[in-house]
Amino acid sequence: MMEKPAHLLTIEGLTVEYWARRGRIRAVEDVSFSMDKSETLGIVGESGSGKSTLGLSLIHLVPYPGRIVRGTILLEGQNILKFGNEKTRDLRGRRISYIFQDPMTSLNPVERIRNHFVELIQTHEPKVTETEAIARATKLFKDVGIQPERIDDYPHQLSGGMRQRVMIALALALNPSVVVADEPTTALDVIVQAKILDLLKTLQHAYGMALLLITHDLSIVLERSDKIMVMYAGRMVEEAPSTTLYARTQHPYSQGLLKSIPNIELAEQKLTAIRGAPPDLLNPPAGCKFWPRCAYTMEVCRIREPPLFQTSKDHRVRCYLYSGEEAQ
Amino acid sequence: MNEKEIIRVEHLKKYFPVEKGFLEKLLTRTRNYVKAVDDINFTVQEGEVFTLAGESGCGKSTTGKLITRLMPPTSGRIYFHNTDITATHKEQLRVIRRKLQIIFQDPYASLNPRMRIGQSVGHPLEIHGIAKGTEKRKKVLEILERIGLAPPEQFVDLYPYQLSGGQRQRIAMARSLILKPEFIVADEPVSMIDVSLRTTIIDLMLDLRRELELTYLFITHDLAIAKYISDRVAIMYLGKIVEMGSKQEIFMNPMHPYTQALLSAIPVPNPQRQRKTLELKGEVSSAINIPPGCRFNPRCPYATQKCIETEPELIEATKGHFVACYQAGT
Repeated sequence: MMEKPAHLLTIEGLTVEYWARRGRIRAVEDVSFSMDKSETLGIVGESGSGKSTLGLSLIHLVPYPGRIVRGTILLEGQNILKFGNEKTRDLRGRRISYIFQDPMTSLNPVERIRNHFVELIQTHEPKVTETEAIARATKLFKDVGIQPERIDDYPHQLSGGMRQRVMIALALALNPSVVVADEPTTALDVIVQAKILDLLKTLQHAYGMALLLITHDLSIVLERSDKIMVMYAGRMVEEAPSTTLYARTQHPYSQGLLKSIPNIELAEQKLTAIRGAPPDLLNPPAGCKFWPRCAYTMEVCRIREPPLFQTSKDHRVRCYLYSGEEAQ
Repeated sequence: MNEKEIIRVEHLKKYFPVEKGFLEKLLTRTRNYVKAVDDINFTVQEGEVFTLAGESGCGKSTTGKLITRLMPPTSGRIYFHNTDITATHKEQLRVIRRKLQIIFQDPYASLNPRMRIGQSVGHPLEIHGIAKGTEKRKKVLEILERIGLAPPEQFVDLYPYQLSGGQRQRIAMARSLILKPEFIVADEPVSMIDVSLRTTIIDLMLDLRRELELTYLFITHDLAIAKYISDRVAIMYLGKIVEMGSKQEIFMNPMHPYTQALLSAIPVPNPQRQRKTLELKGEVSSAINIPPGCRFNPRCPYATQKCIETEPELIEATKGHFVACYQAGT
């Protein structure tokens, strides 16, 4: 495929495997997508769909025994998978930063919040003095809506929502071009969740970064992203702008997901479940990974895995129902 | 709906004492309490799904544990079929427990990892001296089939680790259903389960309600699910019920500012929707230092002097719709 250097981030054929004692697990298989400046891409999938592994690949932090076996990740034209230790370290936080799910465990409990900022900033910019680093942190605190004097607190003195705000401030401290937010609000209550997501949106506009929003909650990505990628068993099964995905949902799995989530704005609603359960990735089914749960299974689905079909300019779907379209 | 009440809760309170450090203990005499549940009243009618909803720390799970007598209340009364279960003795309680079961949130923690499925599910039968041996096994197989694990012979000898989260939650349900209960407290039964499987568990719960004539107290933080499953809903905030009514009333005509804020914060699966969140100030107050007056007043956009001074009672605003707010409807 032709490379478009115009994209901020381009991922091609990314495949990640975990080598467990009982066998090899393809957590992410042949995932390709691109992101532009100020864009929000929502990645949605259930547990085991590979969405977090995909996010971690972007900062080259797939945990042992996982490894990236194929693919390229081009950030502003450079393949970050080819980076050595020095450059990778420089990448993390400064060019791509990460907001983890659990703000309770991702801050150091014995360090004051200010020290988190000082350490982060000075690691990447050794010339910055402590006073300057704190000044920058104070400004970030204003941006994320915490009183600046709380910078002297320890993590345990902050509520869950405030800790997640601190995580966001840390993620923005070095002005990265891409922020990966992996279930940033799953541990939070719904009112705090709405506030944090609003905050991310505002800051994204202010800082112009691209946001990769990883979540299991289809409602959140539909509401908050420009583009959506649906993952199932390590595969991207559908990708489209969120309005298209909502109006013309194509993959049977995406359709099933939409039918199984309650919508508070509908007066009456009948939910339909997707039958069966996600596959065991140690023994995935042959062919399409979704066929045992699919209502439209055909002979070919059981034999050969479908490629991604391009059904319109920016809509791709991995399903033989659309095989009339151009395969990629 | 049958108008017979199965559960009545009166002035129920649960205060947990706060442990203090050694020096503090020597220097001060006052004890602090976390007021997890602070004087709540409600009834549950036979055959309905009554939902307690609210954010973490609002006291909804504590209420569920109090009703099943897994912990004693600080004060207040709980009536099950007009029997006060807060005053019953151990032996009586054992009889009542057969009728009053609970399903917990985490099916990874609520099943003994060293017991086979059959043992776990059949255990209640032994404890209550109902059946053993082949009769027990027969009953276990029956209930496994009923909750959708077919063929049951395939599951009965497995260990929990061999099952998925959804299957485990079905086992937890089987274990509470095997005693043929009348009333089930379901504490966040689907929040640990993958989205595509949630609906199957919820639909199973609703099917069983019809077939086995069950009544549920459903506890959840997820209002979208509450809306799907409930007949009536009570919204809790810091240990109090702030609003209670039929599902239609709560979701179509919410009166309490907290309920309105909660509803407006729920993500809706529709990219075209214009979000209009009702902004709340600050965060939930500490359950140790509950603000005087209405406990929601520090965050409420409509708070007046009266709200800061006296706590509003839960009053019936329209038929069957209760709200604890001076500003309700204005």
